[in-house]
Order: sequence, then structure tokens, then C-alpha cells
Amino acid sequence: MRLIDRETEWAMLMRAAREGDGEAYRRLLRSMVHPLRVLAARGLARAGLGQADIEDVVQETLLAIHLKRETWDSTRSIAPWVVAIARHKLVDIVRRRRGRIEISIDDLMDSLPDGFAESEATTHQISTLVNGLALRQRDVVRLVSVEGRSIAATAAHLRMSEGAVRIALHRGLRALAARVRRSDR
Amino acid sequence: MRTDDLVNALAADGARRSPPAWARVLPAIGATLVTVAAFAAWLNVRPDFAQALTTPRFLAKLGLLIALGVAALGAARLILRPASSAGPWGVALLAPPALLALCVIAELATTPTTGWARLAVGTNAMRCVTLIPFLSILPLAGILATLRSGATDHPIAAGALAGLLAAAIGGLLYGAMCTDDSPLFVALWYPLAIGIVGGAGAVLGRFTLRW
Repeated sequence: MRLIDRETEWAMLMRAAREGDGEAYRRLLRSMVHPLRVLAARGLARAGLGQADIEDVVQETLLAIHLKRETWDSTRSIAPWVVAIARHKLVDIVRRRRGRIEISIDDLMDSLPDGFAESEATTHQISTLVNGLALRQRDVVRLVSVEGRSIAATAAHLRMSEGAVRIALHRGLRALAARVRRSDR
Repeated sequence: MRTDDLVNALAADGARRSPPAWARVLPAIGATLVTVAAFAAWLNVRPDFAQALTTPRFLAKLGLLIALGVAALGAARLILRPASSAGPWGVALLAPPALLALCVIAELATTPTTGWARLAVGTNAMRCVTLIPFLSILPLAGILATLRSGATDHPIAAGALAGLLAAAIGGLLYGAMCTDDSPLFVALWYPLAIGIVGGAGAVLGRFTLRW
């Protein structure tokens, strides 16, 4: 299956997400993980780097796709937009590892192999950075992500209002992205 | 953190309707309105503003700045998406300088040689070069704040475009106040002021427009 085959599905899910369909958004993010892993693998190989950073690229790309999802022009294709963000993050990580990379969006959009061994390493850049978040944001992000709790359950557990949890989650994710940027020095 | 965990957090954060597109331009609009209000309160347009609007030089001066602002705005909007460039708007940015050159030629052709230096130096060049950047500060901050919600692959260029747009706004306000309308004056001093703001935008963009 090629990346371009995901176009219709992703565009439809993103449009639904923009209307407030949370389930559609979750499905969209989940369906992006495997293609992003393949993109990351290809890009890292191209930069002559090992495959250890695949998951970092994938996670940072997903975070960026999430925070910048409003920048997708719904009158245009979504797959190139996703790949452009992936490439941006790939370049950042390669630079961080003191590598160099020359890769175009077209290079990255070539066909995806179906069988792809996925890494199970669990300690990544983002895990480390979450530890450094402000206390409340850290707790909320951990409960919602690692423990997979809903906003309501998290609010009950932490004795906060749902609104406060949502704000802490959003700010925590943005702070995470800012810390990723700072680690690029 | 496993990637599935991160997806949980992102999905929870994204499970709501997107805010309308116009909400993102509020910082730029707000900052510009505050600047215009401050200008109206403390500086104000030249006393003969209405009459000046009937003179070609004044209209040309304002028109060139509007053209600059429109081109910078068009280019900035395009450059905000990942993997896109300014396209035709980049070319449109060449129009104001080209038109200015034509105005300069016309001015040189229609005024006596002895008057050129006086027209070029004008009555208060220093005020022009300092006030335009000063008036552009808030608009630049607001425009950069708006651009931060984008995802540009060219933060320096985007910052420079923000600077050009801010300078067009500051330039329009100053131009409405200043009585030096000769294209010779405009060509000598306005690009200097605009360049300062554009350069500041580029430097700021390099740091604030990363994502």
C-alpha cells in the first residue's frame, strides 16, 4: 500500500476531526503511526544514521501534526502535508545527531513496504521531556497518555475540574513541543 | 512513553471542534488597531490630509506602501504551510520597488535639477527613519504572533515578510503624517526604514517561527 492510498481516508478523518469528532481523530492518528515509521526509517537510513531514532521521529512528528493540524489546507492533498511535517522533524533530529540529510518529499512518498519490523524501545526523547514538565501538566499528560484515562477519569483522580484538565493537557503538549525545540540547540 | 500512549494524549487534546480560522489573525489585527489608535491620539495625520489626497505624489506614496503590504501579506499566507513557498506573491513584491523607480524617473524628469537635492533630503528624514520602525513595532509583534500558529519551512523569510507587512503599516501611518511626498525622498528614506523593520522581522522570525 502506498502512502497516496491513505489520502482519501486521512482527508475524511481529518475533516471529521475538525468538526469535533474525537473518535475520527484518534483513528487518524493511529493510522499514521505505521507510515510514519516507514518514512522515518527511510529518512534515517538516507542520513546514514541508525534506526534507534525511528520512534523519536515518529513521536515528534505526531506531536507536530497534532499542534499544527490547522495548517492543512483542506482544499489540497493531506498526504504531502503529513510528509512535509515528517520531513521537517526528520531534518531536526538528524541535525541534532550532527548528521546531514538531503531528502525531498517525493523521495519520502515512495511506496511503503508492508512488512516492517517495529521497534519496541520505550525510552524516548519525549518520555524524558515529559518528566521535566510542570507538576500538574506532567501528571495530566501521564494519566491521559500512559494510563489511557479519559479526561473525566483524570479529573476525578486528580480532583480537578474537567476544564482544568483539558487546559493542563493542552499546555503540557505545547510545552513538550517547546522543549523538543530547545533540545535542538 | 510508547507511541500509543502519546496518541492517547493527542487524541484527548484534539477531541473538539477547531477554532475558526479568523481567530488566528486576532493578534495581528489587534496590534495594528492599537497602533492606529495610539497614532490617532498622539500623532495624527497631516493638517492638509484631505487636500493632499488630491495630489498625485501623496497618492503614489500611499499606494506604493499599500502594494508592499498586500504583496507581503499574500506571500506570508502562502509561506505559512509546510513545504510551500511564496509563489507568485514573491514576484509581486518586486512591483513596489519597480513602481517607485518609475516615480523617481518621472520626478526627475519633471523637476528642475537644482531642486533634486532639496527634495531628496526633505524636511525631516531622521524622523521618518525612526518613526516608521517605531510605529511598526506592535504590528510586527502581532503579525509574528499570528505567524507562530503556522508551520513554515522558511522562518527567516517568513519573519522578513512579517517585517515588510509591519513596515507597510507603519509607513502608511507615517506617510499620512509626513509632508515630504517627493518620490526622491520616499526612495531615499523609506526603504531604509522598511529594511530595518524587515531585517528585525527576519532575525525575530528565525527564533520565534520555529516549530
